[in-house]
Amino acid sequence: MKQAVIDAHNLSKIYDEDSIPVVALDHAQLHLNRGEFTAIKGPSGSGKTTLLNMIGGLDHPSSGYVEINGTNITKLHGNALIDFRLNNIGFVFQSYNLIPVLTAKENIEFIMLLQKIPAKQREMRVLELLKQVGLENKGDKRPGELSGGQQQRIAVARALASKPQFILADEPTANLDSVSATNLLDMMLKLNEEENMTFVFSTHDQRVISRARRVITLEDGKIVEDTAPAKITNGINLLE
Amino acid sequence: MILKLIWRNLWRNHRRTLITTASITFAVMFCILMQSFQKGAFDNLIKNVVGYYSGYVQIHKSGYWNERVLDNCFELNDTLIHKIKQQKNVLDFVPRLETFTLASFNNTTKACMLIGTDPIKEKQLTHLNEKIIEGTYFTIDDESVLIAEGLAKRLNAKLNDTLVLFGQAYQGTLAAGKYKIIGLLHLASPEMNNSFVYLPLKASQVLLNSENRITTLALILDNPLEKIPLVSSLRTQLSSEYEIMDWEEMMPEISNHIKADGASFYIFSAVLYLIIGFGFFGTVLMMTAERKREFGMLISIGLKKINLGLILLGETLLITALGVASGILLSIPLVVYLNRNPIQFTGEMAKAYEKFGFEPVIPTAIDSTVFISQAGFVLILTLFIGLYPIWHIHKLDAVKALRN
Ligand SMILES: Nc1ncnc2c1ncn2[C@@H]1O[C@H](COP(=O)(O)OP(=O)(O)O)[C@@H](O)[C@H]1O
Ligand SMILES: [Mg+2]
Repeated sequence: MKQAVIDAHNLSKIYDEDSIPVVALDHAQLHLNRGEFTAIKGPSGSGKTTLLNMIGGLDHPSSGYVEINGTNITKLHGNALIDFRLNNIGFVFQSYNLIPVLTAKENIEFIMLLQKIPAKQREMRVLELLKQVGLENKGDKRPGELSGGQQQRIAVARALASKPQFILADEPTANLDSVSATNLLDMMLKLNEEENMTFVFSTHDQRVISRARRVITLEDGKIVEDTAPAKITNGINLLE
Repeated sequence: MILKLIWRNLWRNHRRTLITTASITFAVMFCILMQSFQKGAFDNLIKNVVGYYSGYVQIHKSGYWNERVLDNCFELNDTLIHKIKQQKNVLDFVPRLETFTLASFNNTTKACMLIGTDPIKEKQLTHLNEKIIEGTYFTIDDESVLIAEGLAKRLNAKLNDTLVLFGQAYQGTLAAGKYKIIGLLHLASPEMNNSFVYLPLKASQVLLNSENRITTLALILDNPLEKIPLVSSLRTQLSSEYEIMDWEEMMPEISNHIKADGASFYIFSAVLYLIIGFGFFGTVLMMTAERKREFGMLISIGLKKINLGLILLGETLLITALGVASGILLSIPLVVYLNRNPIQFTGEMAKAYEKFGFEPVIPTAIDSTVFISQAGFVLILTLFIGLYPIWHIHKLDAVKALRN
């Protein structure tokens, strides 16, 4: 059996801040292998962000645990957890991904600076990454001078820069028009195929889901479906 | 890159940063100016006190200060000299014999203040020799006088004229003598300039029939700031025959003025810094509040909270550094200008100054410790303000920050 990159056991998350407990995630089991390209879909409030936060080590589950490449990250806290994220997980958020006062190049470089990679190496890798995301001529632009789609590409490049085990993207296309959204997904898919980079992203956009190799469906915090790609593709085909 | 990040973060909101920097600049400038004035006034006063006449500490016969007459003189004996010389802080002393006499030239007679003094020691304490505008300074054995130019004018006397001094000598005898004017002095105090006559100590003791007696010992101190322990040590070691007074006791009006001024300055600058501090704190508050999501993102991707906190502290410190630096740069020319062109003042204080013969002016002190202490104070204040973002980041929940 292939080594799992992400292994989530019986994950539950209960928010009980306002005296009425909300079960955001209900005994979720998840097993993701290297090189997978997985979409997590579900209506708003179904627990997608909560699930991604758990497997990304941003938040701790109420019960259950998460293993990344064999490390139980649920036991990590504080700086150890932050360091783990830095070196193992690439993040792409819906918005506010980039530091507005740094250029695209500097934003990508920043994460390698945190990893204490030497300047020479950083520079080379930034150029390489800009090429991979198709923005080699936008390196000196600040986020404000880039389109939403371009910003997300830079965010993907930044996520790749740290050479993570996998990239987590929480609704990366939510703020994009459909052309930019599909372009971003195609680019991610290309990186998945060419670099064997593992992607997990949440979305409720059908066009985005159609590009996924594996689709996990959440409903009220429960994983209700975990489908092979063919079925979905067929479904889309039927719809079209 | 981190420095670049800090620098650019500052200019996200140009106007706000400029206003904050300007307010710090203003506060620093104002406090430097105030303190320079204050220190300048103080230094000037001390210089006046010491340089013009009294010195920092004087020894008299008990009761002399209240009744300044020749009969309250005392003998300068070896035991006394020995005890004074034992004091660590005393470099030397100027023995003086002071009394009112009449000075006469041709048909004009005026009351004057006669000071019999040791020419060499007087030179050390008050630089009397530098105040000569015509003629020469006297020596120990001279039997000639130096007179203040104002008095000379009142008497219509010139250099090389012969002055007649007469009055009451020690124990009621008659004093009278003729002395050649060998030097004219310019004394800054109008009162002194109109009435002072200097005679070498020996000649004055002969004139006043008071061999080896003096009215005043003005001490020359090694460290004027340490005058208080010296005064108390002298008080315990000298018998109650003598009174020991420092300049603050001899000139209470001036000393009270300095103290009151000092206190009001500290209150004023504390209030000013408090206001500026709150304004700055408001800026820092906004700077952190509006970037919550960005902070969430940065912590999520792997920036340690402490490092993020330090970046924010860096921003706070940089704004302060800019404000302090420009405050100092702007105040330097002002302080220098006001040192060269001191402010004249009037009113009660001016009267008090003039009473003691001091020019009613406040020059600023050019003193690096003023600049350094103000800069240091603002920096410490900023460090406290800079703790806020660190604390804010420390308790920031990245997930919540991202969810907004
Ligand atoms: N901090 C929180 N406190 C209380 N309830 C929360 C919190 N975060 C999320 N929830 C709730 O958890 C459920 C799942 O939310 P979320 O994971 O954001 O769903 P999705 O990303 O699919 O929209 C929702 O009902 C939401 O209201
Ligand atoms: Mg969500």
